[in-house]
Amino acid sequence: MSLINPGFGLVIWMTIAFGILLWILAKFAWPAITDALAEREKSIEEALLSADNARKAMEELKHSNEELLNEAKDQRDAILKEARALKENMINEAKDKAQEAADKIVESARERIESDKKAALVDIKNTIATYSIEIAEKILREELKDKKQQTAYAEKLLKETTLN
Amino acid sequence: MIAFFMFISTSAIIAQNDGHETSETDVPWDVEVAENEFKAGEMIIEHITDSYEWHIMTIGHTHVSIPLPIMLYDEGKFHFFMSSVFHHHDTYNGYFISHNDMNAGKLVKSGLDGQEIRPTLDFSFTKNVLAIFISCFIMIWVFISVAKSYKRREGQAPKGLQSFLEPIIIFVRDDIAKASIGEKNYRKYLPFLLTIFFFIFLNNLMGIVPFFPGGANVTGNIGVTAVLALFTFAITTFSGNKNYWVHIINTPGVPWWLKIPVPLMPIVEIMGIFTKPFVLMVRLFANISAGHIIILGFISLIFIFGEIVEGAGYGVAVISVGFSIFMDILELLVAFIQAYVFTLLSALYFGMAIEEAHH
Repeated sequence: MSLINPGFGLVIWMTIAFGILLWILAKFAWPAITDALAEREKSIEEALLSADNARKAMEELKHSNEELLNEAKDQRDAILKEARALKENMINEAKDKAQEAADKIVESARERIESDKKAALVDIKNTIATYSIEIAEKILREELKDKKQQTAYAEKLLKETTLN
Repeated sequence: MIAFFMFISTSAIIAQNDGHETSETDVPWDVEVAENEFKAGEMIIEHITDSYEWHIMTIGHTHVSIPLPIMLYDEGKFHFFMSSVFHHHDTYNGYFISHNDMNAGKLVKSGLDGQEIRPTLDFSFTKNVLAIFISCFIMIWVFISVAKSYKRREGQAPKGLQSFLEPIIIFVRDDIAKASIGEKNYRKYLPFLLTIFFFIFLNNLMGIVPFFPGGANVTGNIGVTAVLALFTFAITTFSGNKNYWVHIINTPGVPWWLKIPVPLMPIVEIMGIFTKPFVLMVRLFANISAGHIIILGFISLIFIFGEIVEGAGYGVAVISVGFSIFMDILELLVAFIQAYVFTLLSALYFGMAIEEAHH
């Protein structure tokens, strides 16, 4: 079979061609390619590592941010609570004060009314007394118009006085 | 058997001659049908063996082929002529292309007793040599341009051809070289492994392409695979360290009576040095040639049936082409697998040769 009978010329040519191919590629192609690949792999690895680090830092930052936020929230809640308490306090106090003031006003009004009433009563009494005296005077005057009656009355009064 | 081959050869010569004559002189086609019969076996062998010219196609009776230089050294004399001389003559300076079994397709001359004699040295620049040069040229061009693009686009993502080849280069580096030789020493062997991988892969692929510049059965030629295996053999042998040779001469872990007085193990191991590359050579050659033979066989069926009844040829063509496409796809797979296997085994042998003792 000629198929398994290697041609001498072909073997020689193949050796030469393949030798040259190997030499050229080993000198000009493979080192450049494999070096570039190794270089890139290294840089990718580094990039991945730094990305990982950045992610970790980010996470930390996020974590601290969250903490800060929570703290702020707590603070806000506390302030709000305080403010609410204060407000309630103030309202209550104001209410109390108002009540007090109102009470005082009412009290003083009542007192005033009372005193006014008394004063009015005294006034009325005085007036009534004056009127009664005047009336009595008028009556007496009327009754004691003539001399006879005057004397009678004086006698009567005298009698009464001596009796006492 | 020989008689049968002789019959085929002689009838083929006549057929060929007539074919050439018609193309040159427009003599009507008057050969007997029986002699012009389609011979699948010959056609297949013709397609998968080396040739002195690169036959591209035949239109009518005109052969379109690339003539290649024939260089012989015989009986103290050099002979140079173009293969195209055989378009007009059967023999040239007494040399003719043999159709005999062992020398079929090769240039011979007749001896005194009618035996075919090969010239002392046949350096002819044959079809396969041209195909090898073409693929070497393609590889140099491709990989140098890829290397340049690595320099030009430093630190950037690969692009175009670069991104197509990069995974394969990384595959050879990581899964073949690193895995078989080891992280420490693989760098030294990587250029060779990459070169044989891509050389075999490219030529396997070009072998599937049925027209120029493909179609030459380079990796299915035993001479080519022999040279590749020889390179592996030489590198393995020259990089063998002390541990490697100790393993061969005095294999550890083997009962002493296998070494003394009859050195059975050493003989087996020394044979192993040679059988390893031999197997590499045969495996690649046989796999690629077998694939081509099967495809050509399917195609031949069309013409075999077509000769019986024309309609049958067309009918069979549908099935044959279907099977050929299937085989071609399988061959694509084989092209990669064989390149991988050859490279992997070479790497394993290198790995064995430089392995340090660790018992």
